[in-house]
Amino acid sequence: MSQPTSRRDLLKAAAIGAVAIAPGLTLIAPAAARPLGTGASAANRWGLLIDTSKCDAGCTACVDACKTEMGLTGHDRPLTDSQYIRKVDVTDPASGHRHSLPVMCQHCAKPPCVDVCPTGASMKRADGIVLVDRHICIGCRYCMMACPYKARSFIHEDQSGQKPDNPRGKGCVESCTLCAHRIDAGGQPACVESCAKDGRAAMLFGDLNDPNSEISRRVSTEATSRIRADLGVEPAIRYQGI
Amino acid sequence: MKRVQYLAIPAWTPGWMMVMAALAVIIAIAGGAVLYMEHQGHWVTGMTNQVVWGMPHVFAIFLIVAASGALNVASIGSVFGREPYQPLGRLSALMAMALLAGGLGVLVLDLGRPDRLVVAITHFNVKSIFAWNVILYSGFFAVVGFYLWAMIDWRMKRAYKPAAITAFLWRLILTTGTGSIFGFLLARDAYNAAVMAPLFIAMSFAFGLALFILFILGATTALNRPLSMELVRRKGRLLGLFVAANLYFVAIQHVTALYMADRVAVETFLLLQGGLYTALFWGGQVLLGALVPLILVFRPNASRCRVRAASVLVVLGGIAQIYVILIGGQAFPLTLFPGMEVSSSFQDGLVAAYAPTAAEILLGLGGFALALLIAVIGASALRILPASLGDGDEATAEIILAEGDPVAAP
Amino acid sequence: MNMLRAVMLALLLGLAFVASPVATAQAGEAGPSFPKAQGSCVDDPATMRRHHFDFLTHQRDDTLRAGIRGAKYSLKECVTCHASTAANGKPVPVNAPGQFCQSCHAYAAVTIDCFSCHATTPQTAEAKP
Ligand code: SF4
Ligand code: SF4
Repeated sequence: MSQPTSRRDLLKAAAIGAVAIAPGLTLIAPAAARPLGTGASAANRWGLLIDTSKCDAGCTACVDACKTEMGLTGHDRPLTDSQYIRKVDVTDPASGHRHSLPVMCQHCAKPPCVDVCPTGASMKRADGIVLVDRHICIGCRYCMMACPYKARSFIHEDQSGQKPDNPRGKGCVESCTLCAHRIDAGGQPACVESCAKDGRAAMLFGDLNDPNSEISRRVSTEATSRIRADLGVEPAIRYQGI
Repeated sequence: MKRVQYLAIPAWTPGWMMVMAALAVIIAIAGGAVLYMEHQGHWVTGMTNQVVWGMPHVFAIFLIVAASGALNVASIGSVFGREPYQPLGRLSALMAMALLAGGLGVLVLDLGRPDRLVVAITHFNVKSIFAWNVILYSGFFAVVGFYLWAMIDWRMKRAYKPAAITAFLWRLILTTGTGSIFGFLLARDAYNAAVMAPLFIAMSFAFGLALFILFILGATTALNRPLSMELVRRKGRLLGLFVAANLYFVAIQHVTALYMADRVAVETFLLLQGGLYTALFWGGQVLLGALVPLILVFRPNASRCRVRAASVLVVLGGIAQIYVILIGGQAFPLTLFPGMEVSSSFQDGLVAAYAPTAAEILLGLGGFALALLIAVIGASALRILPASLGDGDEATAEIILAEGDPVAAP
Repeated sequence: MNMLRAVMLALLLGLAFVASPVATAQAGEAGPSFPKAQGSCVDDPATMRRHHFDFLTHQRDDTLRAGIRGAKYSLKECVTCHASTAANGKPVPVNAPGQFCQSCHAYAAVTIDCFSCHATTPQTAEAKP
């Protein structure tokens, strides 16, 4: 009988300790590199918080950084070139109020692209990152029909000069990976990094499952929303000021 | 019940060879178009990141939908016991399989990675309605193939009725599955509706029967086999019924959508301001594809020529209908921010322009040619077509006449 | 019976054909020639020669779908060691004629699907995160 009590006490002490350290921890980089050989874990839910009041139509730092990071050189064909992230300018016709915000794959918790994919190429990692497994994508484009955010692109021609971290080739569908390769190495997405450095510091990356992360703290204390929240697909990308 | 004589189409006659050669040429051209598109990549087609499914899919969906409809004649004869339809059951089953093969061929050859087709079989996502369709399609071949066997082989007589019922149910599920490919797309304002499934069933009835009538008219003329005018008229009226049903569901589709405030924009686009899509809807689908054929077939004593014209119009109207649903629905921009005006480098908020290229259309026509080729070869190898579709005493006399024909032919 | 014998014979011939390139390469005879890599491989060459595709296929699923990084058989690492450097200091793609992957695959008449998507030269320093 005495043993469980002491264990509970121990846990309590540990919890208090965690709270005490937490404020300090949240100021450091969002994640530590996952040990090699371990997989993505459901304990994490990576997400973004984008403050559109800071973002403006003149800035494309995030878009440019994405193109460089992912090797999206394009062929000067705007209708068929891939875009993982794009700047959308929104105008309220009633008031004339304008704002601008980046839109990318929203890494839905209930992703329609994954539901419809016939082969299971569209998939969600344990940590909520939605990816296309290009090894088994047959290029049917059903996921593009299903995605409510127009987040996906089809590769319309042969590619060369790919980045080692973003293999991509003709005939498959692709979209934002949330820079899974960087996250796995303990970093943050290229767009977020460049938004802080060259942009307006409007993007925040972090773990929505970790109550002590800055993103969780802000999401729980400030008003945030998601694009087309009414569809119920539960995106991991949150916005302020839309 | 009178005994029905079936005769294979005499093969290797000059006419037969000509038809075969023509079809083979069309298929070869379509094959060339596929090689070109696959080698270059899809940027040489009209399809883009906005309109991801284009003309090949219009043809493919039309053929797949028509396939299950073509089976109707057999079902009416066997499941519902209508005797006049029974002689046509074999052809009906054969055409169903041929059309499905044509449609699937087009669909598969437009994949980004057709070389990975085997992946579609080895990797299976149980949640995907698309993957379910893979099962439904392959099952359709098995079920209808067995049904056809049961019809041809008298030793299989006992299996005939159960096979017929299975095939009938299967085709209903199949078309529901095809319709649901659209119905489940919650993001697209033009599609996400339960009425898509019954609408597709009504469409399949009409398109399948229209193609069936055209084949019968063509085959009996080419083979010089008798065809009762009464049967043609009866089929014409049935076609009218299906066309009316299709029109009814189209009306439901649009009227219910108009009642939903968030759908008004896309409906206004399709029905009033969509340019080509609006024109195709009212002119192609409703007027030429439905109203004119209705008048043609329901006029008393409709002639063979009228029924043929009605069938052709139903086919063309059907292609227009699928074009409006498929391309029109994609051309209308996704709504990311309801009530707002949006613009971006990725065509947000813009109506997408789509113009099919020749290669896409050729691929689609290749699907039609493939279906017809399979149907003709099937009817040449097996006893599919009745020797006579005449009526009364005339018919029996004609059977003898017709039976003489193929022997004399080569 | 004749049919069966014919099939067996065909199978045997096929086996001999498939086995021959590996055998000759091991014997160090007329096999394909390619630039030598620096350092030693993650596994012994005979095993790699026979099973590299299985290793890579298995690990690609672990990496992509489960997010496991840093495992033993990485295509990226293959390319890092096996891409040679041209006279002008630029790396040569591993799937260029005569290079490591291509020379052997050409010899064995097996097409490589990897490099329609994967990078064929090592990660350059400035591209690293
Ligand atoms: S935004 Fe689109 S592509 Fe991304 S997870 Fe959601 S449905 Fe899939
Ligand atoms: S295009 Fe690829 S990822 Fe998208 S639904 Fe088809 S197979 Fe899945």
